[in-house]
Amino acid sequence: MQALGQNLAYGILVGALYGLVALGLSLIFGVTKFLNVAHGELLMLGGYVSFWAFSLLGIDPFLSIPITIVVLLLLGALLYVLVFSRTIKLPEETKIKNTLLVAFGLSIILQNLALRFFTADERGISASYLRTAFTVLDVRLPIGRLANLVVAVFFLIALQIFLRKTYTGKAIRATVQNWEAASLMGIDIHKVYILSFAIGAALAGVAGTLVAVNYSIMPSMGLNWTLKALIVMVLGGLGNIPGTLIGGLILGVTESATSFFINSNYREIAGLVLFLLVLIFRPQGLMGTKEA
Amino acid sequence: MLSLDKVNVFYKELQALWEISLDVNEGEIVALIGPNGAGKTTTLNTISGLLRYTSGDIRFLGQPLGKRPPHKIVELGISQVPESGKIFTGMSVLENLELGAFVPSARKAREQTLQRVYEIFPRLSERYNQQAGTLSGGERQMLAIGRALMSMPKLLMLDEPSFGLAPILVEQMFDMIKKINQQGVTILLVEQNIQAALDLAHRAYLLEYGRIAGQGTAQDLLSFESVRSSYLG
Repeated sequence: MQALGQNLAYGILVGALYGLVALGLSLIFGVTKFLNVAHGELLMLGGYVSFWAFSLLGIDPFLSIPITIVVLLLLGALLYVLVFSRTIKLPEETKIKNTLLVAFGLSIILQNLALRFFTADERGISASYLRTAFTVLDVRLPIGRLANLVVAVFFLIALQIFLRKTYTGKAIRATVQNWEAASLMGIDIHKVYILSFAIGAALAGVAGTLVAVNYSIMPSMGLNWTLKALIVMVLGGLGNIPGTLIGGLILGVTESATSFFINSNYREIAGLVLFLLVLIFRPQGLMGTKEA
Repeated sequence: MLSLDKVNVFYKELQALWEISLDVNEGEIVALIGPNGAGKTTTLNTISGLLRYTSGDIRFLGQPLGKRPPHKIVELGISQVPESGKIFTGMSVLENLELGAFVPSARKAREQTLQRVYEIFPRLSERYNQQAGTLSGGERQMLAIGRALMSMPKLLMLDEPSFGLAPILVEQMFDMIKKINQQGVTILLVEQNIQAALDLAHRAYLLEYGRIAGQGTAQDLLSFESVRSSYLG
């Protein structure tokens, strides 16, 4: 029982992180209809920002989250303006194809730049307090892992409040629903796209910090996380913001249940099987509506 | 107030508008009539900046519009109600109206404008908290017009406000448009319902195959042989 409980708890805590990774990807997809497969590379860079802030300047990883956010916001805006903005005017189908190609290319470039400047070494942030754990009903909950859930929920709520309550957030939602009508309202949709891309990148960066704290980072890590985010996004329903956290938790728990009941070798496969089942039986996502 | 001078518009290689010249004077209701595919919506979309014109000149209050994007055109005081309204169905009625007042100058006066819109369309104030997607066809059209008024336009462009409405609602809709005009908003109206449009408008232009095929007062156009035979039966 204890082992099962421990397993599920870890599943939930890693699932929250999956949700956070997918949150940024989902926002970008919802607004711009770009499938940014370089999302995992943005996460990787976010991890390195926190890593260097920690190892060079001695800044606590959680305190470096604002730095990561600023760096990735700027990087996201820059990538959008320099690269992705050139494809925004294309018809939808060509747009998805072309942005996929562009993002693949970008992910290779970012990976190799990281390899060149940060070396291929596996790195992580280790502070002793991160391993301090609370014990609830015999289940150990290390602070570092708990932070996954706290940070993910915090940013999900913050993003929801931003989208629902602020004028800028409402402009983003309006653009998602009908960009033409939005531009007739006086909304500069080009700015909306830049902002959404930047926020999506920043969310990937924050997730990167958590990965550096709980697991490890290296230049080639991105694709794995992009795949997780894609699975979660489909589980939660494309462009469904609250759905990403639920999708993440489902993936996390499925993975840990698989390694508990079957074998940890099948962990990754379980996620992909789940992905296929959802695509076959509920292509709009578990939480998605048919309309969206 | 608004003048188009020999405006040409292309969709890729296909020419959609040919040398369109038209004027709208302050305080007027001007109707653009003509069959499907004649270029009525294209004309409105060109004025509002959704489409680019390749040659010709569009001026508003003496200022050339040039290559301004749509959000800059709204700031000048031109607001378009797109075909079938295109309201934000996933948002509340109030949120839709708030977004209508997105431009900085309109945002400041938001509360007063909102009261004005509620006076014209009391139904919207009853439903302010309702999801816009749950509104009826007539209410959606009111919301689309109300939303456009929130930007405090000097010129309001309406694309088929009667589309899909029951005859009794069409009459109400045209009364409301008249009321909006009497409050000092100039109106450029695109309509398929030619009889109703000509009853309401001071002047009208007839578009055919992307060209201006006739113009004059509403009375003039009613007596046009081609209009009578083709559209009024």
